[in-house]
Amino acid sequence: MSLRTESERELTYAEAVFEATRSEMRRDPNVFVMGQGVDDPRGMFGTTLGLHEEFGAERNFDVPLAEDAMTGIGIGAALLGMRPIQVHQRMDFVLLCMNQLVNMAAKMSYMFSGAHRVPLVVRAIIGRSWGQGAQHSQAFHSYFMHVPGLRVVAPTTPHDAKGCLTTAIRDDNPVLMIEHRMLHGVRGVVPEESYEVPYGRARVLTKGDDVTLVGISHMALECVRAKHLLSEIGIEAEVIDPVSLSPLDVETIAASVERTGRLVVVDTGWLSCGASAEILARVFEHLDGRRAFVGRRMGYLPTPCPTTKVLENLYYPTARSIAETAYGLVRGKGAAEWQPPHADSLEVSEFRGPF
Amino acid sequence: MLGPAGASRRLTAEPMEVPRNSGTAERLYRSMYLIRRVEEEIIRLYPSDKIKSPVHLSIGQEAVSAAVCDHLERSDYVFGTYRGHALYLAKGGDLPRMMAELYGKAHGAARGKAGSMHLVDVDVGMMGTSAIVATGISNAVGAALALKMRRSKAIVVCFFGEGAVDEGSFHESINFASLKRLPIVFVCENNFYAIYSHVKDRLAGPGLVERARSYGVTADRIEDGDVLACHDAVGSAIEAVRRDEGPRFLECMTYRWRDHVGPGEDRQYRYRPEAELDLKIKNDNLAALGRLLPPDLKQLIKAEEEARIAAAIDWAEKGEFPAASEVRDHVFAD
Repeated sequence: MSLRTESERELTYAEAVFEATRSEMRRDPNVFVMGQGVDDPRGMFGTTLGLHEEFGAERNFDVPLAEDAMTGIGIGAALLGMRPIQVHQRMDFVLLCMNQLVNMAAKMSYMFSGAHRVPLVVRAIIGRSWGQGAQHSQAFHSYFMHVPGLRVVAPTTPHDAKGCLTTAIRDDNPVLMIEHRMLHGVRGVVPEESYEVPYGRARVLTKGDDVTLVGISHMALECVRAKHLLSEIGIEAEVIDPVSLSPLDVETIAASVERTGRLVVVDTGWLSCGASAEILARVFEHLDGRRAFVGRRMGYLPTPCPTTKVLENLYYPTARSIAETAYGLVRGKGAAEWQPPHADSLEVSEFRGPF
Repeated sequence: MLGPAGASRRLTAEPMEVPRNSGTAERLYRSMYLIRRVEEEIIRLYPSDKIKSPVHLSIGQEAVSAAVCDHLERSDYVFGTYRGHALYLAKGGDLPRMMAELYGKAHGAARGKAGSMHLVDVDVGMMGTSAIVATGISNAVGAALALKMRRSKAIVVCFFGEGAVDEGSFHESINFASLKRLPIVFVCENNFYAIYSHVKDRLAGPGLVERARSYGVTADRIEDGDVLACHDAVGSAIEAVRRDEGPRFLECMTYRWRDHVGPGEDRQYRYRPEAELDLKIKNDNLAALGRLLPPDLKQLIKAEEEARIAAAIDWAEKGEFPAASEVRDHVFAD
């Protein structure tokens, strides 16, 4: 996705998350990490590994299995100026935090007219593959995009993971950062120094004039793969990673659609009332009839996630299904059928979990 | 008499300031009298429809907030509930800004965005109130965690009704507070009723105090009816928390005279025995406390507090409503 020189350092996404956390903890003694298993020998897939050794047990601690109160406790600490980072191994458990996040964290600034601020970061990891099943694979970012007072970021690259988390930790507002488990092992160039990735600025991953592919989180990777498949038959796709879902950079997406006239939004989530619906609607409003376009949404099948691999394979969009959809938009109804070749997603196919 | 801009602070710069030689009974009487009379004024004003917001009155329950807050420093923190007028005032919250908030005015405690259910005055450690039962408890525990991490000498007191103990969040929160030995007092105001539902219809097991003890928290039940005894018991618990002995739980028995919400009585719903209510009114804590004070002193306190209340209402009446441009302000902190 970015050109690499010999001097540029590569990290995995998980290492980038770890580096942002450690660097902000060094910078600000108010930053601390809490979550089930953050100080265990696996250290939340490496993202919090051993932080308690450098910063003490008080600043990287395990918590009771009490998501609701632990979220409220994070909020309460934040009200006094602490900067908690709460980590959830699976986003499915964030449903247990909804009351505190929606009724409290999102309201404190407004309801008290600025008397309070809630510098809280919630990291939520979306699972997939190796049998995660119906309750370890859900992505609820759209639930939180719905709520004023919350920011939602979904970085795809290690670079953006480090930068988004740094921005989130320094923000005086509650931020939900979603991390796809399939991205944790993905490598990319990450600068050693600290930097912030701003909210509301999408990243154009590849340029193209024929169709715009918007991929959220892990689906941005699949969109890039789809773009390569499409290139082989002469279709040039522009792939955009929104990075920040709320606020959303609709300008960048709409500008691309204004050029291509075709939009496929691929979400790592369900379609109904989802992020893909929101993006499509926002582009429609933004273009305001200046440019007619055709659009499609792709995401999880409208079922709970099946566990067995043969069914799970049908549940997610793939590079191939994205390419097919884009092809249909570009070539139209009468076009000859095209079966794209299989594009392997190694982070999925080689994942052996167990978690 | 006062312009909206910044003038309110002067009225309550030292909110609970009393003459040096005054005793506990006088301080508590003053605090409870203020709460009682402010709420009676709210009842009087309510039919004018100037207070366009639900109010949950504390009349009958003044003693708990007054007794607890008498032991607190300005630098200590309290978290409360939608039935929060008593706590706000007892902790020294700004009275004119409270009244202006009820009126929805721009010089209210939260510029009209909070109303009665979300009173806040961070300057005196009144950290806010929530209308979702029990949600403030974990926030209070989090504040106590922050104090402990910072080696602060301040403490947190968390107020909630007995209905909040029905919620899982209470149990998750007190467990964590005990686990980390946090500087927090849990004050459960047991007024028996969650709206119109009696605690005996909701609570299994041996009772609230036993539940708290099961988490390794020292817990006591304080009976209604003797404000000074309540004050002493609360003081012991607070001192223990200040000595870093871990959290305390107090079940403070109390009674709500008015309806769950709104200014009225609720006898017509017949969910509680009228004799029960009448007995509580007959044994009014405020009146009993007043009998301990010299009549002259009592009259002086009344006159002073009446003047404050009248000034606050006047200030609230005269203020402006927020500008339309404010509707989008503070969704996020700058």
